[in-house]
Amino acid sequence: MNSPAGIAVLCRGVTKEFGTGEAKVQALRGIDVDILYGQMTLLVGPSGCGKTTLISIIAGLLDPTAGEVSLLGQNRRNLSGSRLVRFRAENVGFVFQQYNLLPSLTAVENAAVPLLIRGVRRSEAIERAMVLMIEVGLRDRAFALPAQLSGGQQQRVAIARALVNEPRLLVCDEPTAALDAQAGRTVMNLIKRVTVRGDRAVIVVTHDNRVFDLGDRIIAMADGLVETTAEASNQSGVH
Amino acid sequence: MNWLAWKMLTGDRTKYFGIVFGVAFGTLLIAQQSSIFVGLMRRTSSQIIDITSADIWVMDQRQRNVDDIRPMPESRLHRVRGVAGVEWAVRLSKSMVRVRTLNGDFTQGILVGLDDASFTGAPGEMLQGQHIDLRRPDGVILDIDGYRQLFPGEPVTVGRVLDMNDRRAVVVGICRVTPPFQTFPVIYTRYSQALQFMPRERNTLSFILARASSGQDLQVLGKRISQQTGLKAMTWDEFFWLNIGYYIDNTGIPVNFGITVMLGFIVGGAIAGQTFYLFTLENLKQFGSLKAMGVTNLRLIGMILFQATIVGVMGYGIGLGASAGFFELMESSGQADLRGMWVPWQVAAIAAVAVGLIVVISSLLSLHRVLVLEPAVVFK
Repeated sequence: MNSPAGIAVLCRGVTKEFGTGEAKVQALRGIDVDILYGQMTLLVGPSGCGKTTLISIIAGLLDPTAGEVSLLGQNRRNLSGSRLVRFRAENVGFVFQQYNLLPSLTAVENAAVPLLIRGVRRSEAIERAMVLMIEVGLRDRAFALPAQLSGGQQQRVAIARALVNEPRLLVCDEPTAALDAQAGRTVMNLIKRVTVRGDRAVIVVTHDNRVFDLGDRIIAMADGLVETTAEASNQSGVH
Repeated sequence: MNWLAWKMLTGDRTKYFGIVFGVAFGTLLIAQQSSIFVGLMRRTSSQIIDITSADIWVMDQRQRNVDDIRPMPESRLHRVRGVAGVEWAVRLSKSMVRVRTLNGDFTQGILVGLDDASFTGAPGEMLQGQHIDLRRPDGVILDIDGYRQLFPGEPVTVGRVLDMNDRRAVVVGICRVTPPFQTFPVIYTRYSQALQFMPRERNTLSFILARASSGQDLQVLGKRISQQTGLKAMTWDEFFWLNIGYYIDNTGIPVNFGITVMLGFIVGGAIAGQTFYLFTLENLKQFGSLKAMGVTNLRLIGMILFQATIVGVMGYGIGLGASAGFFELMESSGQADLRGMWVPWQVAAIAAVAVGLIVVISSLLSLHRVLVLEPAVVFK
C-alpha cells in the first residue's frame, strides 16, 4: 500500500486487540487516519481511548491486529524484526512523557544516544547533539546530569535527542503531562518551532487542552475510534 | 554501545559497588577457603614435600599415609639396595616423641632420623647451623616454628638444650620446613641418634629412600622393588597423592571446606545476582527506550554481558587480591598458623569459573526481563 504524496502515515481499518477469550480487549476498532508531512498533528481524547496504542502502531512499536498501515511510504507488513528496528532507528524520533533520559549521562550525551545506536563515533555524535542542545536553548546546561535539570529542561533534552537523527516522523507522548502550564507551553512552542518542517510529520498525543491551539490538526479519539478530525484554529504551522 | 553500557552500570554507584562487592565476597570466600584447604592438604604431606632427593619411597605394604608408620626390620634396606636399577637406598625414621625444655614445658614433636652418612632428607633451608653439625654429640636441628613454640619470645639461637625420652638433645641448627599438619615441632637428627630419643621398639625403620639409576623409569622401578621385596614402593608423586587421598577420604576436612566454598558461591551469587537483577529492573524503562530508539535485542544482550563482565572482572580481581593479601599478611606476620599457604593458580582458575557462573546466572535472570520487554512499554 503506497501513501499519497504529503501523507507520512496512512492507517486504514486498523484494529488492535489485547488478550484472548473473555479477557480480550479491543483497544482500536477500525481507525482511518492520515498524518501529514509538515504538520503538527495532535491526537487527543480521554484516557483509555486508544491514543497510546495508535501511536505505538504508528511508531512501529506494536503490530496491528488488522488493517493497513503505511509508514513513510513503506507498508508496515513488510517491516518486521531487525528491518523494523533499523527503520525506527533511522526514521522515527520519540519524546516520552517521563523524558526517559539515562540518569548517568549528561544532557548532551543523552541527546547523542540515537546517533550512538546508529554507530556514529562518540565525539562526532556529541558534536552533532550539541548543535541541537543550542537549538533547544540548553547550551549552558549541556553538561548537566538529568537530575540537575528541571522537568522542562529535561523535556527539551528529550526533544534534542528525538531530533538528532533527523527523523521523518516524530512521535511525542504527552510531552507536557509532567510539566506545569508555563513549562508545558514553552515545550510545545519549542516542538512546533524546531520540529515541524516540510519533510517531517509530528504527532503529539496530549489531553492538555491548553496547548490545543498550537497544533495544525487535531484528531479526537473516543472508545478506540476516531471521533473527529479538525484543522486547528491557529493555522500558523508550516504547510 | 559499550560506553553506554558502562555509563549505565556506573551511574548508580551504590548498586554498582553492591554487585562488585557480591562478586568480590564470593571470590574471596571461594579462593581463600579453597586455598586454606589446599594448604592444609599440603601440610599433611609436609615431610614428603621437604624430601625431594629420593625418587622412590619404600615402606610397609600396609602403610596408608606418611604418619601411620609401620616400622620395618633393618634387613629390608639391604633387600631394596639389591634391586636392579636402584642407585642407592638409605634409611629414614619418623616417630612422635615428647620434647621437654629445661624449664619443664613439653610438647609432642615429630622426630626424623636421617641416614648417618648422607643426611638424605635433611631440611633444605637452614637458618642457623649446618647439616654437618648433626655429627656433634646429641645434636638435633629444630624447625623455626617449633623453636618458637618451645622457647616463646626468646632469641633464636643454637645451643639450646632439650630432653627427649630422658635423653639430652642439643639444638645445633635451626631450619625452616613446610609446616606440618599437626603444627608440632619438627626435629631432625642422625638415624642412630634418633634410636636413642625414640621409645624402644623392635623395628625402627620407617621408610627407605631410594634413588633410581639414570635412565630408569620410576614407576617401573617402583613396581620392581615391590615385587622383589614385598614392600610398598611409590614415586614421590604417588606417595604425595596417596597421603592427600587418605586425608580426603578419612577426615571431614573436604566436607567442611566444601560447605564454606559452596556458601561463598551461593551468597556471592545471591548478592550479585539480586543486585544485578534489581539494577536491570530499575533500568527497564531505559532499556525500553533504547529498544524503541532502535537497539536490537542482540545489542542489548551485548550490553548486559559487557556490564556483567565488568563487574565480574572487578569483583574477581578484588576478591582474589584480598585472598592473596590475606595470605601475604599471614606470611609476613610470622604466624605459623597459615604460613606456607597461598592461592594456587588452580584455585584462582576455579574461582574464575565460579565467578563466571555467578555473572552468567545473574545476567540470564536480567536478560530474560529485557528480552521479553515490549518497546511500547515506553508509552505506558
